[in-house]
Amino acid sequence: MDVFLQIFFDGLVMGAFYSLIALGYTMVYGIIKLLNFAHGDFYMLGAFIGYALLSFFTGDGGLNTGLLGIGAVFIVTMIIVGLAGMGVERIAYRPLLTAPRLSILITAIGVSLSLEYASMIGWGASYKVYPIKLPKNGLEIIGAQISFAQIGLIVLSALLMIGLRLFIEKTIYGKAMRAIALDQAACSLMGINVYRIISLTFFIGAFLAAGAGIMSGVYYGTINFMMGFIIGLKAFTAAVLGGIGNITGAMIGGIVLGIVESYGTYYLGGSWKDVLAFGILILFLVFKPTGILGAKEMERM
Amino acid sequence: MKKYKKHSLLLLVLAMFLLPFLLDIYWLDVITLVLFYVVLTQGLNIVVGYTGLLDLGYAAFFAVGAYTTAILMTTFHWSFWLTLPVAALFAAIAGIIVGTPTLRLRSDYLAIVTLGFGEIVRILAINLDITGSASGIYGIPRPTIGSYVLSSQQDFYYLILIIAILSVLVVYRLGHSRIGRAWVYIREDEDAAEAMGINRIRLKLLSYATGAVIGSLAGSIFAVKMSAIAPLSFSFLQSVMILLAVVLGGLGSIPGVVIGAALVIVLPEVLRGAEDWRYLIFGVALVIMMIFRPQGILPKKYETEDRSDPEEETNDKNHSISV
Repeated sequence: MDVFLQIFFDGLVMGAFYSLIALGYTMVYGIIKLLNFAHGDFYMLGAFIGYALLSFFTGDGGLNTGLLGIGAVFIVTMIIVGLAGMGVERIAYRPLLTAPRLSILITAIGVSLSLEYASMIGWGASYKVYPIKLPKNGLEIIGAQISFAQIGLIVLSALLMIGLRLFIEKTIYGKAMRAIALDQAACSLMGINVYRIISLTFFIGAFLAAGAGIMSGVYYGTINFMMGFIIGLKAFTAAVLGGIGNITGAMIGGIVLGIVESYGTYYLGGSWKDVLAFGILILFLVFKPTGILGAKEMERM
Repeated sequence: MKKYKKHSLLLLVLAMFLLPFLLDIYWLDVITLVLFYVVLTQGLNIVVGYTGLLDLGYAAFFAVGAYTTAILMTTFHWSFWLTLPVAALFAAIAGIIVGTPTLRLRSDYLAIVTLGFGEIVRILAINLDITGSASGIYGIPRPTIGSYVLSSQQDFYYLILIIAILSVLVVYRLGHSRIGRAWVYIREDEDAAEAMGINRIRLKLLSYATGAVIGSLAGSIFAVKMSAIAPLSFSFLQSVMILLAVVLGGLGSIPGVVIGAALVIVLPEVLRGAEDWRYLIFGVALVIMMIFRPQGILPKKYETEDRSDPEEETNDKNHSISV
């Protein structure tokens, strides 16, 4: 039982990261029907920019700023990566929004390669050790160890997701996003600046992915320029699992995938972890492409 | 004009056959690799260029060919030539397995499923014992013709050259056949194609299987040429490089794709010392190509058979008016 619960909590943390990244996937997909292959790389970018800023502020000889400083680094990193997301949209995707789908998909791969290898040139190909480590102490619940850090990460992820929900449901921008997802042409006739809202969507997507990136850097301790590739695929799986285009679905899908994968790793061995995730993806696409919470109808292209 | 083109092509093929006498071992190796890419890009060209299905896991078929040949030759001591049809069969089955679940879905799902499939094949190769896990399979015997053992650099150059020429011919002929036209039609407008009586599902699967078979051929030869294979050769980056060659050259264009293959292999050799920059440059190149020249360096010229015949056109007009 204690092992069972332990795996559950480990999976929950991983799932929270998946959810945060899946949200960006699902939002971008919902609004412009683009699978942004480069999305996982915003997670990587977040981890690296967070690493750079944290090394600068809290590393050896730097200022020891404490929790407040770390919080500031978090927010600054997320904003920087969010702006990078907007930049990518403006440079690479906007000229192709009306082009054939194949072109924009290939562009997304180009963007992904560019971001990955630009980071490799900038920070080197080796694994980087994060400058701050989370304290190990925590609670014991029926034999399972949960550190305060894990709880903190889960709470932080939950706060981000709640914030996003409120933003989408309560603000005028969120309303515009939902409207564009339904009918882009009608929205521009109603005076909504469609490009600006698309840009905002990319900002939020990259912003959340960067948050997941910096959290995973702090949590796992090491980062690498390729870290965004596999997790991007997993997050996409999570988005499909929950029903692509569906915000709540992405959150649930991420958590479910994280937990399933955590148990899979324990019972099948770590080397089969990725196969499990892709297997789930393919099975869902075959039997229930709309996901757990997806819309009933499936558009065919 | 057409005759002139034929002559120059023959001359090019002749030059390719004479090349080993002119080049040193290093450049011969580079050109051999280019020819591997020519075969691979021809296969992917069918899927992405003709049919318009984005395949991001094409290296998986390359891997299926390489591993089938390697396992049959090392564990079961088969002759190389006998492994080719078996590898092709496995690749075709793999192609159908990947293609089937996604046929009903949007093309972007296909892209991500092929990506996932490519990763699954690579992870299987790393984890299974029969594929030699992470270190791969080594000591793959050399192929023989009668009593002659293909072992030198030149031998493999000629082998892959012949396969490259064959694949170009096959893909060219397929492109001009009824099947090829149906593929292009599916790419341009799937629903209209279906309305015209094209069996969408069968033709898409055929496109997948044909592409897979061509990729597996390259893989089989790759295995005996290298005499050792490892999962590293079949990564996502390999798939991306093959795709890049197709996109750079021009989707659906055979000469374009050949040029693309040459560029993708030769450029990094020329730009030695800038290896770290290689993938960044390629990534940026993909974006720039898609924005400014999506048709590629040497785009396909579409034959407009109907329009070249004015009489037929007027007939069509009359017909449409009368209806």
